[in-house]
This record gives sequence, structure tokens and C-alpha cells, in this order.
Amino acid sequence: MPSESTSIETDVLVIGSGAAGMYAAIEASRAGARVLLIDRSLIGRGGATVMAQMTVAAALGEEVPDAPRHHYDDTIAAGRGLCDEALAQLLCEEAPACIRELDAWGVGWARKGNHITATTAPGHDRARCVYVDFINTGPAVSKTLRTVMARNKDLRKAGDICIVDLVAGANGEISGAVGWHVGSGAAVTIAAKATVLATGGLTRLYRRNSASLNMGGDGYALALRAGASLIDMEFVQFFPIGHLAPRLVGMDPIMWDPFRYKLGGRLLNGRMEEFTSRYGSDEDGKYVLPRDLATYAIFKEVEAGRGSPHGGAYLSFEHCSAAALRAAFGPVIDRLAANAIDLTCMPVEVAPIAHYHMGGVIADVQMQTELPGLFAAGEVVGGANGANRLSGNAITEALVFGRRAGRSAAAHAKTIARKHLRAEDASAALDLVDNGGPNRRDLNTAAMIARLQAIMADDVGPFRTAAKLNRALAGIAALAEELGERPPHPAGASDGGFDLQRLEWFDLRNMLLVARTVAQSALARTESRGAHQREDYPQMLPSWRRHQRARLAGGTLQLSGAPAEALVS
Amino acid sequence: MSAVAKLKIRRGSHGGPARWEAFEVPFEPGQSVLDGLRWLRINKDPTLAMRFSCINANACKECMIQLDGETVYACTARLEPREMTLTPLPNKPIIRDLVTEIAPPSERFK
Repeated sequence: MPSESTSIETDVLVIGSGAAGMYAAIEASRAGARVLLIDRSLIGRGGATVMAQMTVAAALGEEVPDAPRHHYDDTIAAGRGLCDEALAQLLCEEAPACIRELDAWGVGWARKGNHITATTAPGHDRARCVYVDFINTGPAVSKTLRTVMARNKDLRKAGDICIVDLVAGANGEISGAVGWHVGSGAAVTIAAKATVLATGGLTRLYRRNSASLNMGGDGYALALRAGASLIDMEFVQFFPIGHLAPRLVGMDPIMWDPFRYKLGGRLLNGRMEEFTSRYGSDEDGKYVLPRDLATYAIFKEVEAGRGSPHGGAYLSFEHCSAAALRAAFGPVIDRLAANAIDLTCMPVEVAPIAHYHMGGVIADVQMQTELPGLFAAGEVVGGANGANRLSGNAITEALVFGRRAGRSAAAHAKTIARKHLRAEDASAALDLVDNGGPNRRDLNTAAMIARLQAIMADDVGPFRTAAKLNRALAGIAALAEELGERPPHPAGASDGGFDLQRLEWFDLRNMLLVARTVAQSALARTESRGAHQREDYPQMLPSWRRHQRARLAGGTLQLSGAPAEALVS
Repeated sequence: MSAVAKLKIRRGSHGGPARWEAFEVPFEPGQSVLDGLRWLRINKDPTLAMRFSCINANACKECMIQLDGETVYACTARLEPREMTLTPLPNKPIIRDLVTEIAPPSERFK
């Protein structure tokens, strides 16, 4: 039963309304393009940006002398030899301008005296990471960008749109996208002269994660099915000290990091012993441990039977006075108290949690992907952060890459005289929206997502072996078979709104493809580097200082290697 | 016998008749109402519609519903071992079950 279909035309379509998508929309609009910004959730509310409670790295040099080249050196060092150097350079060079533009827009960066203040996050050689108090960086960035967008009446926005596929012409050129409106069930065809993917990462693939529900890797799947290549999909960053216990509501699980920046804090094992020195890094009350090493140290303590009761480590601020805690964290202390957590007399339990994805869509410094008409921005872009992202670079890349992608997309749109979406190129995706398979109301999509998350957490986590990865690939294949080729039959026209089974079917179609890409890439990389640790190949090998490209050919994933320095042509 | 929360949920879609359904959810101290609803979708009824994005952080502000007649965020309201009545926001158009149209008009699909 075909639903009522809507066709929309725009110069620039931006998919995803985190910081990257919103900045791209603002910039494309400033360059004179008609822009449509869409999101699978509500505008500016889903995604990762709104969750970011930490810091944004930029070499402002206001408090201490700094320059983009120092930021670049730290980014490259953190990336363990795999950073795309041109993207990393762009990120570091344009960060200060974006931070200052947001400042002018009223984001409210924390200040000391008359200058923006910065903190030193692990991996940085000096204080370089700006923030909005108290742990309000992401919400403030989101709100600011939404406010700027609202001033421009020509910038159209539409939430609750699930994109099914990009529309690719015969020559691979992208001419828009097909999706459906979750609120009504209606199919939507969007013809666009340029399209920007700003869909974020893939942390939803994991049981414990620090991002929103809609971070299921859709952009990677859309790019793969349209014919683009991804790189470095094996590198999933785990944030070492995600909150584990006691149950804490109303706070993001990564909330302890800012406390550590300000107050240090002691990481202890289940026997209340400091343990990070066993793994090559003595903290000495300061917070200097890089993310990959901290994750490794906690996992190994748990494995050795020295974990905390819920299977992590303790984080203690008991050495800090109530006054010091209050000064550093203001109202957050009250929110903790509402959860019966008093840091002056108890530790909390923390454990690694899926946080960010280093891999992604291949793009050059104009954010141009391999496909004409398709641009990418933010976390969905692969390469800038190599095998391990430096703290503070995620929002930075969202802003810098978003701004650049918006500019490039608007310029590309100007070169195209009129819309060029051909109906035959959109027909397969529209058919998938309009003509579901048999009525499969018994298909428990919510449970299938939970099963996928368990597979990924248990067998494609930070520590991998061939046996675990092969088991994961078999589990992913079984889920794909269960999912089938067609979505559940659309509910009746009067009952079409917010059909979560149907939404989750389309989510799973993307998630399973992306999960397979991560596991297969991890299986092929027979070494350990940064966020990818193979217990059966524990050494980092010079011969593996290369990217892996993944592309889809007739349903089969093909992997190929490229030297790290030769990625950008 | 372990403790349970009884969730009485008003269901139905835009323009259709409303109905009440009751579910029992295992109760653990500290859990949120959203934890209970997510458990329900995985273990009892994946057709139950609700809106949320950030899961736990109270950052997205999408999970607003009414609990016993009071407007709450499902992610911060605590689950309790008693009967709890969950209804969609009364002043917004219903889309389905607990989901209402909460986006500002300029950010909606038209």
C-alpha cells in the first residue's frame, strides 16, 4: 500500500543536526544556497553534540602561547601513526576561528578575566581545551547553533525524517535522498544539488555507550550502499571511565572526565589499590592517562579478578574537600546528591564505554567524498583522528568540518543549473518504503538491537581475537537473516505515525551492515594499534601503518589497504 | 518474589480510540521510568511507542510524558514498586501512545 509521498527540492540537503550538520547548514545558507536540514530525531536534540559534556580543543593561545602546529603534533601523536594528515591539519588550523565565531554567537565559553579559559585534557601539551560550565558544553553549542539557524527564514528544517538511501545516478553522482517521515509514515523524496552527510558515529552498536539512540552508524551505511568507501572502521574509541555504578539518572555516563580535569581523582581497583602504574603510566594524582591505555588497564584488572563489584574500577574523589568539589562542580553536586552519591565519602564505579568512532567516510579537505555531490562532516568522516582520537577533538572536527562542508556543498550546488534527480534512481528506495514485506508484527526489533549490542560489546569491544570476531560475524549474519530484505508491512494509513518497529527495521538494516564492516575490518588488521587491540596480535607493526578501505560490491564487503601517508590524493 | 513496578499506559494513535494497557516491570532501586519503558519494549511489546534520544543524560529533553498526571522527563523520573500511570502530554497532538508532537513548528516536516 503506497503511502502518500512528498517531493522536496533544495540546493543543499544536510542529513543530521548535530554541530557538524547545523554548522554546515548555516554556512551553506550564508553562501546563498537554499538549505534543508533534516534529522532522524528532533532538530539539534539527538546525536552526540548535545551529549558532549566535556571540552573542545583549539589553539587559541589566550592564556598560554599556543599555535595550531602544537595542537596538530598532539593530534598526530594520539593517532598512532594513522591520522590523515591533511584533515588533521585542517582541524587544528581552523579550530580557533570556529571557537571565536561560536563565542560571538554567545555560546558562553568559560572565562577568566577577559579571556576564554582552557583546561589541559590528557594528550595535550598545554591548556587548550575550552568548555562551558558546568559540564554544559554540548547543550550550549547545540542551542547556539539552533538559535543562529532560527534567524534565517530560508534555512528549512525538518525533524523525524528517517533516510533510507542516498539517490545515486548512473555515474555515481548523488542527487538527493529517499526517506520517510516517522511522524506520519509518509515517503519523502528530496532532490538536492549537493548533500552533506553529518550523521555522526556508531556507538549505538554497543551495549554500554555514551551517545544518543540515533548514533547507529546510518551515514556509514548510506555511503557504503551509494558506492563510497570507508576507512579505518576497526577503530572504535572506548571512553575508559564511563559511569557504571551506582545507578545515576539524568547525567551522561561520561560525566566524570571534567571532574578529573579539575580535581585529578584516583583510579583504584577492587582492592582499592592504584593500578595504572602496572600498565606503564603512573598517574600521581593527576589526570594524564591516554584513553586507550586507561581502557586497557581497567580491562586487565577486571580480567585478573581485581575489578570493582560491577566489573570496572573505582574512581575516588574522597581526598577532595566538600568545598573544593562544590567550587569545581557547582549544581552538579546537587544532582549527584539526588542520586545518593556523596563524593566526599564514597568512590563511584567506572568502566570503559563505547564513545566515538575514528573510522568513517573518506573525504578530502573540502569534505568532498569519492562521490560527486556528496560531502561529509563531523564524526562520520574517517581519518582525521587515526587510530585514537585526542580528547577535545570531536566537537572541534564537527565545527571545522561542518563549516567547510557547508561552504563546499553550496559551491557545488552553484555549478548545477537545475535539479537532476531521476525517478528511476530513487525507485528502489521508494519501493522499500512503500511496499513492506509480509506483516511481521512479531518481529521484535527492540530485542534484536539489544542482541546486536551484546554481540558487539562482548566480541568486538576494545580487546579482540580472531575467534571472537568470527563469532561476532556469524551472529551478525544470523540477525541479518532474521531481519529479512523487506521492512514490516506499513501500518494502515490512519495508524502510520511513529511506528517504532518499522523505524528499528530501517535502523537495523544500517546497523548490521556497519557492524559487519567493523568486525571484518578488525579481523583483517592483524596487529594492535590505538583503539584496536588484538590479543592474538599484540604488537603494533610498522607494516600495518596503513589504512583499510572498505567498499560494498554486490553485497560483499571488499577491504583493501592504503599507506597512511598516501590516502589523500 | 522480587518487586515489580506496574505501568499503566495510555495507548492509541492520532485520531484513533485510546486504550489502557498494564504491564509489570522488574523493579530495581535507582532505575528511571525510561529504564522500565525500554525494558518493556525489549521484553514484552516492541510496538509500544515513546520518544527519547539521549537515553540517560536529560540532554535531549525528548522524553517528556505525564506520570500520575504530572509532566516529567521519563529519564529522570524514578521507577517505583507501585502502580504508575503514564500518559502522553495533554497539551500536544498525540502521534502514538506516549509520543506527542513536541517540535517547534519551524522544525517540523510539513
